[in-house]
Amino acid sequence: MVAEGAARSSFARRAHSFLLRPEASVIVVSVALVAYFELANRNFITNANLQTLSQFVAAPVIIACGEIMLLICREIDLSVGQVFALAPFLMENVNDIGVPEPLAIVAALLVCALIGLVIGLITIKLSIPSFITTLGMLFLITGLTLTISRGYPANTSGGPLLTGIMGTWAYSEILWALAIVAIMHVVLRHTRWGLHTIAIGGNIVAAAEAGIAINRIKIGNFVLTSTLGGLTGLLEAFRVGSIDPLAGGSNIMFLGVASGVIGGTAIAGGTGTIVGGLVGGIMLGVMQDGFTLQGINAFTFDIIIGAAILIAMAANIHLARLRGGGAR
Amino acid sequence: MTEAIRAEGLVKTFGNVVALNGVSLSVARGEMLGILGDNGAGKSTLIKILTGYHRPDAGQVYVDGKPVNFASVDDARAHGIECVYQDLALVNGLSIYHNMFLKRELLWGGPLKLLNHREMRRRAAAALAEIGIAVASVDLEVGALSGGQRQAIAVARAVSTNARILLLDEPLAAMGAREARLIIDLVERLKSRGDIAIAMIAHNYAQTLEICDRVILVQHGEITFESPAGATSAEELLEIVRREYRAARAG
Ligand SMILES: Nc1ncnc2c1ncn2[C@@H]1O[C@H](COP(=O)(O)OP(=O)(O)O)[C@@H](O)[C@H]1O
Ligand SMILES: [Mg+2]
Repeated sequence: MVAEGAARSSFARRAHSFLLRPEASVIVVSVALVAYFELANRNFITNANLQTLSQFVAAPVIIACGEIMLLICREIDLSVGQVFALAPFLMENVNDIGVPEPLAIVAALLVCALIGLVIGLITIKLSIPSFITTLGMLFLITGLTLTISRGYPANTSGGPLLTGIMGTWAYSEILWALAIVAIMHVVLRHTRWGLHTIAIGGNIVAAAEAGIAINRIKIGNFVLTSTLGGLTGLLEAFRVGSIDPLAGGSNIMFLGVASGVIGGTAIAGGTGTIVGGLVGGIMLGVMQDGFTLQGINAFTFDIIIGAAILIAMAANIHLARLRGGGAR
Repeated sequence: MTEAIRAEGLVKTFGNVVALNGVSLSVARGEMLGILGDNGAGKSTLIKILTGYHRPDAGQVYVDGKPVNFASVDDARAHGIECVYQDLALVNGLSIYHNMFLKRELLWGGPLKLLNHREMRRRAAAALAEIGIAVASVDLEVGALSGGQRQAIAVARAVSTNARILLLDEPLAAMGAREARLIIDLVERLKSRGDIAIAMIAHNYAQTLEICDRVILVQHGEITFESPAGATSAEELLEIVRREYRAARAG
């Protein structure tokens, strides 16, 4: 009897501490939402809809992987959605001058990386908050994309194998997202880069006293975020088959940041998980997809999503306090 | 005794605050130097120049008699210099073992260079046990520890490397008597090895005279008094500080 009681209480304790993890509570909510949408629609859990759902989830999750690294070291990139829109036009322009498509993709990503480098250098060397640097870049890159595209959409080119891998196969985009999540999880938890990113956000003076190359790591995370933003833009362009100068934008950036924060990444830096970003992205995707299925009016839809993001973020900030970490 | 580290004419200003105004000192292997002085005297700034954290406006540092110009903390560390900073340089959100190996992480072999958490855990626990510091687990976040425990972790980190020059900035400040005793014993053991040069900033004059070989007094960015520990007393040091204080008030 005593042993049984002890076992139960240890189970209860473990369940309790599991539920206090940000990822866990978001998973529970997501499962509840899936159950609700399935009951309400009867066609939520179907192959066709899971494919649609995966498309809602993939892009914000990839963006989140970059933003989470930046948020952990107390930076942010507001312009990643504009790099998303620019990348496909870069690729097409390079392709148009005769460079084969795969190389054009690499070239576009290199330019995106360069944009991240410029953001990082401006932020670090001029000691400007990245909020400001990337707000400026947001407008600058929009102008650049509109100039390059002359404001018109275009079509993607490339053979069936390439376009398949890059987006037209049923689940290729979400597979990209999952692969990037796996890699970034390892980077954050199992490399010096990740550990130093956390140390910088947790205590920048201690990081400097330990000899951590703060500038190099921050700049590297800007490069990473811009590159992932560009890659996401390319994947979406291939999937849809056309490129739009107004694709992505602040909307996709905020979905990425919200995915991270819902998953437990602290805006104030020092803590966060990549898996949390995935879970947060899934929750947002389930809501977007579910309410779309329900045929909810577009305006109501935004109100619901907005409120849900607010509630989820507030819940996680309070859960962080409950875990005993104080306001982090 | 052979000289391990020497500084000559160090000057450091922050805006129009002159933190150091021409400070020279040297510490020999097997020697322990006590650095005393009021808050704001420039003691931490002095130590942070020796660790490569600050670059001096003027003056020169020598290690083993050779001039060195540290470009970074890593640079000084490569010369065997380790430091327990006054703020402890700990990241509260990271575990004890991550903090103990911060910037000198152990990695698995192979091209991926992944962190070897298992070995870091094991060595961190062993290092703490050897000193006699009890923690429930090296997986605990440093933020969950007491001030004295945090200080002990910072000291353990510095001494668990192969430091040849050990700099301690008020290592006993937040400690209870038992913890302080552990650290003093540890530092004295290191000293008795004879190959490590130790400089310690402290506030307790009597205690410093007891454990150090030599003391210097830093006041408003200058060394105003220097003596072998056996040739002076806490009263004499206090009198010098008071005299200075009165002169400053009069002037
Ligand atoms: N990073 C800094 N920026 C500006 N002023 C500083 C900085 N570090 C120290 N100071 C100033 O230099 C003086 C000496 O400080 P410090 O070396 O910390 O003294 P101590 O360790 O003896 O208390 C103080 O007036 C302090 O305010
Ligand atoms: Mg000090």
